[in-house]
Amino acid sequence: MATHAAFMPGEQVTTTQRVLWSWITTVDHKRIGILYGTSAFIFFLVGGIEALIMRLQLARPDNTLVGPERFNELFTMHGTTMIFLAVMPLSAAFFNFMLPLLIGARDVAFPRLNALSYWVFLSGALFLNFSWVVGMAPDGGWFGYANLTSAQFSPTHTIDFWLLGLQILGISSMLAGFNFIVTIINMRAPGMTLMRMPLFVWMSFVTQFLLVLAFPAITVGLILLMFDRFFGTLFYSPAAGGDPLLWQHLFWIFGHPEVYILILPAMGIVSEVLPTFARKPLFGAPVVIYSGIMIGFLGFGVWSHHMFSVGMGPVADAAFSISTMLIAVPTGVKILNWISTLWGGRIRFTTALYMALGFIAMFTMGGLSGVMHASPPVDLQQTDTYFVVAHFHYVLFGGSIFGLFAGIYYWWPKITGRLLDERLGQWHFWLMMLGFNMTFFPQHFLGLIGMPRRIYTYAPDLGWNFWNMVSTIGSFIIAVSILFFIVNVAKTMRSGAVAGDDPWDGRTLEWSIPSPPPVYNFTRIPTVHGRDDFWLQKHGDGHGGKPAGRPAPVTKADLASIHMPPPSYWPILLGASLLFMFAGALISIYQVILGGLLTLFCMYRFALEYHRPAAGHGH
Amino acid sequence: MTPRLITASRVRTLLLLAGVLLLATSCGWSLWDSPMTTVRPRSDFGRVIDDLFMLISWTTLVIFIAVEVALVYCCWRFRERPGAPMPKQVHGHTVLEVGWTVAFAVVLLIIVIPTIRVIFKTQEAPAATALRVDVAGKQWWWEFKYPSLGIATANELHLPVGETVAFNLHAPDVIHSFWIPQLGGKRDVVPHRVNRIVLTPDAPGEYPGQCAEFCGTSHANMRFRVIVQEKSAWETWVKAQQAPPVEPTDPLAQQGKQVFSSSACVGCHTIKGVSAGQIGPDLTHFGSRKIFAGGIMAVTAENVAKWVEKPEHMKPGSRMPDLGMSGEQGKALAAYLLSLK
Repeated sequence: MATHAAFMPGEQVTTTQRVLWSWITTVDHKRIGILYGTSAFIFFLVGGIEALIMRLQLARPDNTLVGPERFNELFTMHGTTMIFLAVMPLSAAFFNFMLPLLIGARDVAFPRLNALSYWVFLSGALFLNFSWVVGMAPDGGWFGYANLTSAQFSPTHTIDFWLLGLQILGISSMLAGFNFIVTIINMRAPGMTLMRMPLFVWMSFVTQFLLVLAFPAITVGLILLMFDRFFGTLFYSPAAGGDPLLWQHLFWIFGHPEVYILILPAMGIVSEVLPTFARKPLFGAPVVIYSGIMIGFLGFGVWSHHMFSVGMGPVADAAFSISTMLIAVPTGVKILNWISTLWGGRIRFTTALYMALGFIAMFTMGGLSGVMHASPPVDLQQTDTYFVVAHFHYVLFGGSIFGLFAGIYYWWPKITGRLLDERLGQWHFWLMMLGFNMTFFPQHFLGLIGMPRRIYTYAPDLGWNFWNMVSTIGSFIIAVSILFFIVNVAKTMRSGAVAGDDPWDGRTLEWSIPSPPPVYNFTRIPTVHGRDDFWLQKHGDGHGGKPAGRPAPVTKADLASIHMPPPSYWPILLGASLLFMFAGALISIYQVILGGLLTLFCMYRFALEYHRPAAGHGH
Repeated sequence: MTPRLITASRVRTLLLLAGVLLLATSCGWSLWDSPMTTVRPRSDFGRVIDDLFMLISWTTLVIFIAVEVALVYCCWRFRERPGAPMPKQVHGHTVLEVGWTVAFAVVLLIIVIPTIRVIFKTQEAPAATALRVDVAGKQWWWEFKYPSLGIATANELHLPVGETVAFNLHAPDVIHSFWIPQLGGKRDVVPHRVNRIVLTPDAPGEYPGQCAEFCGTSHANMRFRVIVQEKSAWETWVKAQQAPPVEPTDPLAQQGKQVFSSSACVGCHTIKGVSAGQIGPDLTHFGSRKIFAGGIMAVTAENVAKWVEKPEHMKPGSRMPDLGMSGEQGKALAAYLLSLK
């Protein structure tokens, strides 16, 4: 179809206006990936600044930099931002950019739906952060425990911003989840059986199921909360026979799988980075895959370990303790498989590899401290203290963030066509490692000597002063390390070494195409003969088998047969009208109605955009 | 070696030094001896938890060291060297993988079995002879009632050493968590529920406690103190608490009583024989306490005067309203309240 030629090679978009328009209406999974990544990194900085202010406040006892109201807003928004607006969308950036490349596809199954996920995500993120502008930032914790969130105890709109923002973000996550499930099931290149899928694809696949199964639970919880606050229902009101613990169950049925939503993509990245730089296949790949699936399954059966202190009785405590400890088995297995991948390899120490090694070293620590509070009696001393803060930062920073940075350094040349600077990368890694451990390791001590979480101040005579100061200094070292990364990006964008197609002697399909990849990714859809297919093409299987050899060069006929989806402005319009409708909940019922009608109209146009005669195409 | 690697290794050396320093300091001086430490237990409940914690700590420490050593060794041993051949493309080793899966399961059994035992043991019903204390967590202070003794107090709890105490926990407003780190684990205080902690303190002393569940603006200011005493000293305290409040003799204190009984104070506070308010703490023996206002301040005439003048200023979000007390009235009230030994 001729109108699609706008997305063929050779087309130069020149004016600023047209560049902007092309990004706003893009349905290209790579561009959407870049949008996700850039937005997520900005929110990562926002969440980081929130953390730094908290660390400054806690540097000394009886400090008065911020008061309790502001501090409560900071820790609520730090958690909410880092989870929903930084780590999840950063993973989504990799799902978007890399999954189609890794499975040999030209795009995701539903490209416009993909664009819609992004714009709805951005709507939710802006909505949440707009609360800062009007001075009503959420202050009930990222976990928003009922009944503190009721209209009686939180009368202003702070909690409304939070519960509406999370609902918008939930829509985005569900859309993306279904899209990637369909993509992975239907769009794999010929020959790529499920067991030949790269590990990052596998871990992402599990993650998408967690997303679509876990988000309904929190959505139910949020809708009940919304009814309580807006329409006077009493689901969480104990005085009226409601139950605040109902919220905790609904929240953690979502909340614990959410932890795996945050960590599994990073595990997938590490499982790609280690084999590449050790020049060996992933050790026991099937077991790593099964372990990922096991973690996904078990993740739904452990939620109440967040609630050992609420008094569920010994039988429930024992059951959730056992199921929680069971998760340590597949997790431990993965760690040993990663180490065995390094064993006997020829390891090239790039920044990407350092980040992956950092992941293993730090995540192990987070996993083991997790085993400690999997034991309910021990948890009664540790829950709601800084010990737990230390634990989950070892999992989510030491794990997810290190893993995601491994992915950034690893795939950056594929995404931009330029290599990041290794020297600056090393500074970034070692400073982040130092700062991270200085910030969070002493928090284990703080927890064990009794410092509770979520306190804006503490008395000077409790022995907490020294470690709090160390922790604060550490957090600023992390900030400096992130500056090194930003400088690295700024510098290499202009003058970085050109990467070429395959800078790392890669193993998977994305390295067989140019960097950055053309709009259509693969001129000819490849045929896959094994896991690490591209490595087999180059080096053979290492057991005497000859290299399969590169496929024949592409021809004009190949290019002519490519069909790519055209751009659409309905995703951003739909996202905007959804935002307008949700914002109405805080302003006027008429805005909700108007926004709802607008949303319906956009959905209608979105759905029927290509159900018109061919003559109606094209912009 | 290229210059960039030298720089990186310098940073690495620094990191190593920092790590050693961290370890040295943590093993060195009395790190664990904080007044709110969880690892120097002073009750049976705290002790079983600590034993379990130590068992898990040592087990996981061994695994941790093994993993980190293996990781570092692999990185050093198999680092890229010029001229090295392409590594063998090993895909896995079934026996090894089954082996370590089973090994992990066995290690977990070491932890699970004592865990289950302790779960059931620490949640047994208390003996009928146990001293019952009703704990109410309120935004943002603690109320303690001894129903068998007819005593009500706030933010300061007196217990006899060596006697089992059963805390019945309830909350009239939002969820809180009752925690005395040296005496054992915490338990949430949930509206319209009664949770329980049973423990026997085994050493006299003063143990700070604090709310551990986020409960709103002044969550950080919801502290309390447990004073574990020898039986005889505790009985003396009980007698004093059961006595009616003393009549003030000092003229300033008498004036304070006047202010108290003629203002809105009486709507919220109980002083036996003077008022019967139920919302704020019972003040009948306020002068016998060491701390007040959610345990954040020492009971001194100066502090109390400041508090009644501007409660919100001392404890943000405080439910006690600013009654517009003048400096004179504040001083008089403080003198009266301090006289209530």
